Amino acid sequence: MSFERIKEKLNILADAAKYDISCSSSGSKRANNNKGLGNSDGVGICHSYTEDGRCVSLLKILLTNHCIFDCAYCVTRKSNDIKRAAFKVQEVVDLTMNFYRRNYIEGLFLSSGIFNSPDTTMERLVAVAKKLRLEENFNGYIHLKSIPGASDELMMEAGLYADRLSVNIEIPTISGLKLLAPDKNHADFIKPMQAVKTGIQQYKNEKKIIRSTPKYAPAGQSTQMIVGATGESDRDVMYSAAYYYKKYEMKRVYYSGYIPVANDTRLPALGSPVPLLRENRLYQTDWLLRFYGFDIRELLNEEHQNLDLDVDPKLSWALRNMHLFPLDVNKAEKYLLARVPGIGMKSVYKILEARKHRALNWEHLQKIGIALNRAKYFIHCNSREWEKRDLSALQVKGFILQNSQSKFRKEYSNQLSLFN
Amino acid sequence: MNTSVIISYDGSFDGFLCVVFASFEQHLQISAIHPEIELQQDFFSAPLLILTEEAKANRVKTGLTKCMSATSRRKLYWAFLSELPGIELTLLQYVQMAFKESKFRGTDFGDSVILRVTQVAKMVSREKHRMEAFIRFKLTKDDIYFAGIEPDFNVLPLISKHFETRYADQKWIIYDYKRKFGLYYDLENVVQIHLEFSEDIKDHAHNPKFYDTSELEFQKLWQHYFSSTNIKSRKNLKLHLQHVPKRYWKYLTEKSSLLN
Ligand code: SF4
Repeated sequence: MSFERIKEKLNILADAAKYDISCSSSGSKRANNNKGLGNSDGVGICHSYTEDGRCVSLLKILLTNHCIFDCAYCVTRKSNDIKRAAFKVQEVVDLTMNFYRRNYIEGLFLSSGIFNSPDTTMERLVAVAKKLRLEENFNGYIHLKSIPGASDELMMEAGLYADRLSVNIEIPTISGLKLLAPDKNHADFIKPMQAVKTGIQQYKNEKKIIRSTPKYAPAGQSTQMIVGATGESDRDVMYSAAYYYKKYEMKRVYYSGYIPVANDTRLPALGSPVPLLRENRLYQTDWLLRFYGFDIRELLNEEHQNLDLDVDPKLSWALRNMHLFPLDVNKAEKYLLARVPGIGMKSVYKILEARKHRALNWEHLQKIGIALNRAKYFIHCNSREWEKRDLSALQVKGFILQNSQSKFRKEYSNQLSLFN
Repeated sequence: MNTSVIISYDGSFDGFLCVVFASFEQHLQISAIHPEIELQQDFFSAPLLILTEEAKANRVKTGLTKCMSATSRRKLYWAFLSELPGIELTLLQYVQMAFKESKFRGTDFGDSVILRVTQVAKMVSREKHRMEAFIRFKLTKDDIYFAGIEPDFNVLPLISKHFETRYADQKWIIYDYKRKFGLYYDLENVVQIHLEFSEDIKDHAHNPKFYDTSELEFQKLWQHYFSSTNIKSRKNLKLHLQHVPKRYWKYLTEKSSLLN
């Protein structure tokens, strides 16, 4: 293996792949029972973090950045004047194995420009996964991109070797897609998604009858949307997300603040700031949908088309629903506790356990890890002290912001450290 | 009331269980428990040395299994591995509470002992996960993947299983320089080992005397990968440091300066 040559390719093809922010390596169970290399035990490990704080768990590369398409928002687009490179199948296999053996990564995330036809490209991606599984006995995590327009047969094969498959929607609205990727067809995105969904269901059903049925994409599928490229509202983004979660049983939807990569009048100019705070708010909303029992229509609707930037969506919702509060922490039902600003799901669980033993007071709540500076306006507990003034939503918001202003400024991440 | 005593023991978990045993058997009023090495000689209160006896330790284990839930027992063991000064006394109180109840679950988070044990166990668990993430193997000339670590807590016993299942087809060693013992997997089993190092193994992470010729090349490739995956316009060093505190950088190939 010529390390010089590989190094060059790696620089180009890792650089081109980094805009795909999904790094998840979780949700798959693949045991190492053939005494081969690696396993996935359901929880992904972040082996490192980039300087912008994103998790590094997979070797994330393109097979090639040659592409016959010209999507405006993409660095790899045909008309962009950049260095091009292509890995051989064996080279990707060797890199993956050697990085994995050193505990650098959880596995491989392989995507590609469309270098010839969707099927030839998909075929090559499948070849890498197949080789890793069958020749190298590799049980680590494999995430393959589904190439829009690839045939159902290839998608069926891909799912036999990959843990996860994903197609990036990229542009949340159909009109936006027409504008920015005129030679791509919305239906081409949907097709592989549908194929994967069918595959997952089919194998699940067979597994009920024959236990030895092989796994098919055990970590499911995911997609990504770029936000801030086409003037779409948060409602547009989140309603699309809710739709994909439901219709295609997505495991995850990712939101990626648009990073200007082209001087194109259809897009924000080069050098425009990446909308990181907005991206963070979208992730929080996503979180509320998946773990906190919120319905998207409660958070975004005709009157509230965009999320507040100054407060997180849970607090924002609570401020619009002051009539539901204050709650008695020692009595309130689980789903209501989960809706109190400053109380995260872990604390909800702790409260439920701890209150069986005694009536909780402020000190207990603080020790359990609740952010009282926010929660105190929405709850009372076993104490004579509680917020008795009849404060308006605006006043409460003012008090909370006063106490956490600096924290909010720092909050430019998508890592969701904000709910506590 | 008995006057209270200071206990010393050998620092092992079995040893600690024997302290538990003694405290019940002899109705001891214990004011402090120290591992032998840590003990400062104090002329006024010579400590009571409790010897480790496997049979006694096992009796306590059986007892604990009967009255404690699996999770609360795990918390006990993990918090013990923190080696934090004074943690033994807290754990003794924890065990005493457990023995009083018949089905102890350790979820009364309003109680300060339970909360403390839960929090310390959490710290240990965090360190365990960090080691599973940050350990970097280097391929030696003997075809063994080697990693040296200095974890804050004694997590080697906790990470053994993870590495054994994952790296089943390669020989590896994970060595704790601080506690001077390591794990060696020989393709069949994991065994505890003690090694004598010449100083240079630690300092010359890619000394060609020890490592395979391709080793440095892969380290460089990984560094290249790491730097090209960064997105400058999103830079957020604060968040970066929160995830990878500086004291862990010494392990990380991608953070060393091979490229310069
Ligand atoms: S097809 Fe994919 S790789 Fe090619 S330009 Fe469009 S988004 Fe980029």
